[in-house]
Amino acid sequence: MAHLKIDSITKQFGGLTAVKDFCLELQEGEIIALIGPNGAGKTTAFNMITGVYAPTSGKVYFKDREITGLRPYQITKLGIARTFQNIRLFKELNVLDNVLIANHLHLKSNLFEAVFNLPRYRKEDREMLDKSLSLLEKLGLADLRNEKSSSLPYGQQRRLEIARALATNPEILLLDEPAAGMNPKETEVLTEFIGQLRHDFDLSIFMIEHHMDVVMEISERIYVLDYGITIAQGSPYEIQNNERVIEAYLGVNGDA
Amino acid sequence: MKSKSLNQPSASLLDKLKERNVRLTLISILFLCLFLNYADKNFNAYQVRVLNLCAIYTVLGLSMNLINGFTGLFSLGHAGFMAVGAYTCALLTMPVAVKDQNFFLAPINEALRTLILPFPAALLVGGLFAALIAFLIGAPVLRLKGDYLGIATLGFAEIIRIVITNLQTITNGAIGFKGIPAKTNLWWSFGIAAFTTIFLFWLIRSSYGRALKAIREDEIAAEAMGISLFKHKVLSFVIGAFFAGVGGGLLGNLLGAINPLLFRFTLTFNILLIIVLGGMGSITGSIISAFVVTIGQEALRFLDQPFSLGFIQVPGISGLRMVVFSALLMLVVLFFSRGLMGTNEFSWDYIINFFKKLSKPSGKPLSKGGIK
Repeated sequence: MAHLKIDSITKQFGGLTAVKDFCLELQEGEIIALIGPNGAGKTTAFNMITGVYAPTSGKVYFKDREITGLRPYQITKLGIARTFQNIRLFKELNVLDNVLIANHLHLKSNLFEAVFNLPRYRKEDREMLDKSLSLLEKLGLADLRNEKSSSLPYGQQRRLEIARALATNPEILLLDEPAAGMNPKETEVLTEFIGQLRHDFDLSIFMIEHHMDVVMEISERIYVLDYGITIAQGSPYEIQNNERVIEAYLGVNGDA
Repeated sequence: MKSKSLNQPSASLLDKLKERNVRLTLISILFLCLFLNYADKNFNAYQVRVLNLCAIYTVLGLSMNLINGFTGLFSLGHAGFMAVGAYTCALLTMPVAVKDQNFFLAPINEALRTLILPFPAALLVGGLFAALIAFLIGAPVLRLKGDYLGIATLGFAEIIRIVITNLQTITNGAIGFKGIPAKTNLWWSFGIAAFTTIFLFWLIRSSYGRALKAIREDEIAAEAMGISLFKHKVLSFVIGAFFAGVGGGLLGNLLGAINPLLFRFTLTFNILLIIVLGGMGSITGSIISAFVVTIGQEALRFLDQPFSLGFIQVPGISGLRMVVFSALLMLVVLFFSRGLMGTNEFSWDYIINFFKKLSKPSGKPLSKGGIK
């Protein structure tokens, strides 16, 4: 049983086909990367998995259960969490609140219990707080818990976004360009961090990434999109030597 | 009104601070009660009425702030919900004789004629009815965003007003009601204002409140974090409308006479003014602002009368005082777009630190500022 199975999804925006017949299987505990030039449809593919867009055709399965067309919050609840290409933290709120909010989806107490702080809610609230604090501790953000999230340095904001995604208790983590805008040193730290996450949180990870050093180092398999079409898939080594991939990134040897 | 301090000193010190804050809050509440008691007995009718209005506008401001300030929904339907609450509450409190007197054009609906409830029950029913209407409106309208939501809610508020104008046998049409029993007194209005404050404070502090703030900050991220946008938006909208309905009920039974013209857009604008001045997303900001604006509107009444500037004689222009508020609103929007309090709350720590700093300029503050 694949952890996540994508069965030839297509997305058309009017006459434009952003992604065509994209297929993918993510096994449990795997790290897969999706690469491709700008505008290849990577984020669109992501958005179809997470429910932001409904695919024009095709199906998405999470552990054999079809999740096509569910709303993003339902998909997150099932166990697929994501981060965003351009950081989308709750800017005015502090670091701890950002993580606490991601716990809300598992809250069982109703509004009445929460407002009047009744025993069940009090217990749940304490659990959420403890869980969030220990998560921040694990990710090295504990000291910053009272800082406004938008005041964090860029690398820490990326880290907080991952922390927030982890707080939803996911089984699959989707990372949309986690290393975007990072320098080589930060990228190196991040690569190690992602590998560690998989072990510490029992995750399967599917990421979009441009930094080849990250992709080549930690992903087990790579899919390559170009103009919405999957032009290659395979191990990092195979991809590195795939002619079509090189063409897509560097351009065809024309007769100019 | 308590606040957690930013840095965490020892637990015992924290407990002590918390205890002190609770004590200060209780003392202030005691003083407020003593003041109300004094005002109730010694103030003249006009002053009591202004105080009542302050408390009612607090309820209204808070309820609108929940929708607009905390959840980030641009809703302009408040006057509509208030109208529902005011009419319901008035209908349920007027004695049969007064109802017969009011409905001289067409007789009142027979079922409503003899239906009379005690004031608190009538307020509750008014609030619940407003909440129900909000639920029915919210289901289609809350799928809209930003300006579109503003226009749609404004439209629905107007629809409510038009419906009220035309339901002759229930609302007495354009004439409205006169002789609504004056059940609103200082204890009711301030009691309900206090309840609203505490309820909203607890709501915002809870996990649900955090979810609402998350929606305000970033809808897409909030939904990706598993928060059902629709459910939480409706929740906020309905709770806001409930308190708007209760506030409307208080207002109707304070004024003694209501008609559909009272609930035009300008009423929503007045409340919007309060929450923008006080700070979108600040409970205490709305309270302070409600008092300042309400008392200010009364204090500036001299501007409506003829007065002399020394070199020029200004004839009486009614409504000139409202120009002051329009100008103030413009200034705030241009230069202090976060309002008086921003998203901060009043806290004892802040006040005490402020005075400590005043008395001992070089002294280190106890905590890094209570306001956050």
